Amino acid sequence: MRWIEESRLAGGCLAIGLLLRPLTCSLAGAQSPPNPPPAPPAVVRPAPRFAVVIDAAHGGADGGARLSDHLLEKDLVLSLSVRLRSMLSAHGIAVTTTRESDSASTALNRAETANHVGAAACITLHATTSGSGVHLFTASLTPVPLTRFLPWETAQGAYAEQSLRLSSEFDSAMTHTEIPVTLGRTALQPLDSFTCPAVVVEISPLSGTAHVTALSDPAYQDRIVAALAAAIEQWQRDWRQQP
Amino acid sequence: MISRGQRILFWTLLISSVLMAVVLLRMRERAMDRLLASGETMPLNPPAGRPVQSVTMMMANDMDGSVQPATQNLALPVDANARAHVILQHLIVNYARPGSKHPIAENKGVNEIFFMTLPLEANQVVPGTVAVVDLSTSFVDAHPSGIEPETLTLLSIIGTLHANFSQISQVRFLVDGQQRDTLAGHADLTRIYLASDAPGVKHL
Repeated sequence: MRWIEESRLAGGCLAIGLLLRPLTCSLAGAQSPPNPPPAPPAVVRPAPRFAVVIDAAHGGADGGARLSDHLLEKDLVLSLSVRLRSMLSAHGIAVTTTRESDSASTALNRAETANHVGAAACITLHATTSGSGVHLFTASLTPVPLTRFLPWETAQGAYAEQSLRLSSEFDSAMTHTEIPVTLGRTALQPLDSFTCPAVVVEISPLSGTAHVTALSDPAYQDRIVAALAAAIEQWQRDWRQQP
Repeated sequence: MISRGQRILFWTLLISSVLMAVVLLRMRERAMDRLLASGETMPLNPPAGRPVQSVTMMMANDMDGSVQPATQNLALPVDANARAHVILQHLIVNYARPGSKHPIAENKGVNEIFFMTLPLEANQVVPGTVAVVDLSTSFVDAHPSGIEPETLTLLSIIGTLHANFSQISQVRFLVDGQQRDTLAGHADLTRIYLASDAPGVKHL
């Protein structure tokens, strides 16, 4: 079983596993010098950086769902990921993506990338032809208190409450843009191993009374990306007000 | 020297055999067409002499992401494992019917279901039961890919089992007897699902 050491106060993190492969965060103060200087009388910690992780699902040989004859899930979510990253970056939000091209990445690597950042929000993008509108999922894990060590497979359980709040932000933003939302909980990797407020956003065609808006519709995609960006900006404002 | 009569008999028998083979093949094709036209390839005829029972199916709906109970009258076998198998086969056939709100293409459904009694824990009076559902590759291949459809299918199966067999506390999934990572690329099949994960369940 892999474990994650959660050291939020130091602003860093350390993950150790069966392979005893340490993963240290590259933040100042995470490593102690051999001869530490005398401690200053008062330590002023810099405000933690608001960072977002965008995880475009699938990639490489794993194409995900076949959305149409010419569109695979992996390609659509990568396109949405790039557009969302650009939009957030334009608003000064630090964004880390788990992939920037059609490359394969394991669930373990994705979780390691996300956990290394110490993000304020982690978003996994998926797409399907079933249902209508946007499906928002949080982990179906039992909520547990945040402790120094978290089991790798169920680390997200410590962020269950924050993830639900983040999901609520997405729900509000989607409803504001008149996109129907379905809320749910699911067992999915790498979501269960994320040590950040995390939501899975699954996009499906928009079934109206008159016609169906396809996933390939650029206007529909723009509405979704804009709603996601608006929700993250709102989350950033809420996040700054947290103690 | 073969007599003329024997040669006539040989050729008559040979031609008769070929004709009978052609007729049998044609009859087989017609029977297959009738079976496919009926929309159901699964043997779901009720066992003779068994009383019809009311069972609860937890039916998934892709449009609103819900799983709602629906009752259906079925003639069920006595054995619990066989009964669970028949119930789940009917559940999956319902999803293959035209107009289904959670469409899954026609498939072989579930291979088998095993019930295993768990060891009694300290605060338990009645031991829990784990149900191992062995799905067919045909079912997995026919299943639409996506978090919502896959999650709803699992919840529907877990909920239906728990609704009809209240002793079930955990459910595990296999595919053709082997562990598999996901149902159709998303929902995790490696974990053990608690019956309390099922919709509408108020207790373990």
